Amino acid sequence: MSSTLPPHSDKQQALSDSAAGGAAASAADHHQSAPSGPLRWLLTTNHKEIGSLYLLFSLLMFFIGGVLALVVRAELFQPGLMFVQPEFFNQMTTMHGLIMVFGAIMPAFVGLANWMLPLQIGAPDMALPRLNNFSFWLLPVAFTLLLSTLFMEGGGPNFGWTFYAPLSTTYAPPSTSFFILAMHLAGISSILGAINIIATILNLRTPGMRLMDMPLFVWTWLITAFLLIAVMPVLAGVVTMMLLDINFGTSFFDAAGGGDPVLFQHLFWFFGHPEVYIMILPAFGIISAIVPTFARKRLFGYASMVYATASIALLSFVVWAHHMFTVGLPLVAELFFMYTTMLIAVPTGVKVFNWMATLFRGSISFELPMLFALAFIVQFTIGGLSGVMLAISPADFQYHDTYFVVAHFHYVLVPGAVFAILAAAYYWLPKWTGVYPSEKLGQAHFWLSVIGVNLTFFPMHFSGLAGMPRRIPDYALQFADFNLLSSIGGFLFGTSQLLFLAVVILCMRKKGKKAPANPWEGAEGLEWQLPSPAPLHTFDTPPEFIPERDSPSRS
Amino acid sequence: MSANSRQEVQRGIARTVRRSLLLLLAMVGFTLALIPLYDVFCEVTGLNGKTAAQAQVISGEQIDTSRSIEVQFITRTHAGLPWALAAENTSMRVHPGEVVRADFEFVNLGQEAHWGKAVPSVSPSEGARYFRKMECFCFREQRLEAGERSQMPLVFQVDPDLPREVKQLTLAYTLYSHDQALGEKP
Repeated sequence: MSSTLPPHSDKQQALSDSAAGGAAASAADHHQSAPSGPLRWLLTTNHKEIGSLYLLFSLLMFFIGGVLALVVRAELFQPGLMFVQPEFFNQMTTMHGLIMVFGAIMPAFVGLANWMLPLQIGAPDMALPRLNNFSFWLLPVAFTLLLSTLFMEGGGPNFGWTFYAPLSTTYAPPSTSFFILAMHLAGISSILGAINIIATILNLRTPGMRLMDMPLFVWTWLITAFLLIAVMPVLAGVVTMMLLDINFGTSFFDAAGGGDPVLFQHLFWFFGHPEVYIMILPAFGIISAIVPTFARKRLFGYASMVYATASIALLSFVVWAHHMFTVGLPLVAELFFMYTTMLIAVPTGVKVFNWMATLFRGSISFELPMLFALAFIVQFTIGGLSGVMLAISPADFQYHDTYFVVAHFHYVLVPGAVFAILAAAYYWLPKWTGVYPSEKLGQAHFWLSVIGVNLTFFPMHFSGLAGMPRRIPDYALQFADFNLLSSIGGFLFGTSQLLFLAVVILCMRKKGKKAPANPWEGAEGLEWQLPSPAPLHTFDTPPEFIPERDSPSRS
Repeated sequence: MSANSRQEVQRGIARTVRRSLLLLLAMVGFTLALIPLYDVFCEVTGLNGKTAAQAQVISGEQIDTSRSIEVQFITRTHAGLPWALAAENTSMRVHPGEVVRADFEFVNLGQEAHWGKAVPSVSPSEGARYFRKMECFCFREQRLEAGERSQMPLVFQVDPDLPREVKQLTLAYTLYSHDQALGEKP
């Protein structure tokens, strides 16, 4: 740091004036009186409380979705029909996917955004606090509705999380209209959340913080929010067309009436592929925060990280048909989607190399968040490589709809996105609760998770290459060994998440080593100027930000 | 923060929200436009294997005797309609430009009268828009009494502009029940 720059002023400067009983407490402000009593959580407009609600909700959904996955793994433990009927098995695979994607991973990232964006940009709250409350409370309604379909006549959704028509229209269970309503609610929640995040980032940055001074987590969320606004209407449109096909006699996706089932797949994946990046870009931001902290170096290639994120987001709109190589695309389209898909490996590679360059010659220490972040980098890269394999159109004809695909997207979503969320939780839990997460439990959680997750998903590459189809409750004998391993790994990974639950509960009860304002030696950023735990109201006065001293992009 | 700058921030937020909502509306509009766009795109390129829904005129170009195309017919009946559809010849060789007639036989194997419609699809899809139909039972719904048999023609022409690498065209007809659409008991 140049000697001409002022040192950081007293940490208390960053404390909320109102929390300190300062002058701002008298200013008319919508969130001065925190709601209390039983309705407190229903009515809260505080970004930290709503962030916590999001995170706890996604944790609950993670466990529900996990139980569904374990039903699947139990059934696949041995060949033959073991525990459940095929109809129920189909509901389990479908619900597992829907709950994990829309109920666990997406809300977890939104929860992290709620908690951390205002702290990282020095804002007192989100730009639209009441809308924020509404976005959250739509989710419990949506997922209660979705889960309730399991108890309805004919069962819940059984057509796969991609709900391809006509499986999800002509041949769907009667509960499908409830599923559609649940998707609508979750979609509205995402859109409102995205608008709120964009409004917050673009308007509430502390004076002096330019866009290129923002932490990478803020950048990745800004871009993710634009992706959400762009593709959630497409999802809403496609489920509305399903609703019309089912209930009102239209034939958007029904060949008998002049429609086209392939149109469904185009529309779904036009939403679905950007959706994949919605679930990974914030993870990139988290890793870009954690790796520099524990390597005690600034992030290598800040600007290239931002441009890489934006390129990935833009490319995500022109690659959707790589999910549909086998529907009978003309050769030109196969080639176009093959090359654009491979192109995505370039900005993604830039990111991985930047993280490695950040680690290079750093003073690395292996605290819990760093363990998860490093595991993320390795395992996400494995998922990325199988993605490049799947991008090769002629090879995809062999891989399509096999366990190879299952292995690929679980590698990017579980040891990828989920590990990033866990890393973020371990990284920011001291800021949220004021105590360090338990090192012992955390270490056990990490190692059991790494072993469990790889034991679950790595053998799927082989069963997939050997031709085992996905979404089938029974399989040929030659796949038995791989499935045995996958099931053991699945139960190991699933049960070891209870350790994480224990870590979180201990932290919430303030059991553990007290954390100082900056609990990590090498951490930079406005959030670490606040005391731990962060008081309910922070940054009523925007904190001082001098780019030459505080920006992650400074030279 | 002073009251002035607070107001300014609020105005900024309102502006951002307005713009995001505009973007959202644009995307809703784009989604709605995708359906007709897809149809037009497929009509122009034939990508989804659909052929024209109305009778087309004979293209007056020369018959290209230098090559012949194998045209195959595949038929199947969708669940819920007790009909059988069969092509008299499942395969024929035609020269591009030649006007050819192929006969199909419909049989209602059920105990009741039904409405049905045959929906065509051509593969490879590159050939779909070069498959011109002058007359086809697939242009309208058919009604067959219980046990009724009916011969119906398809008159078609393979456009001489058909790309040379396409040597074979497969026309698949799927019979769908149209009882519900026409208000009759299934």
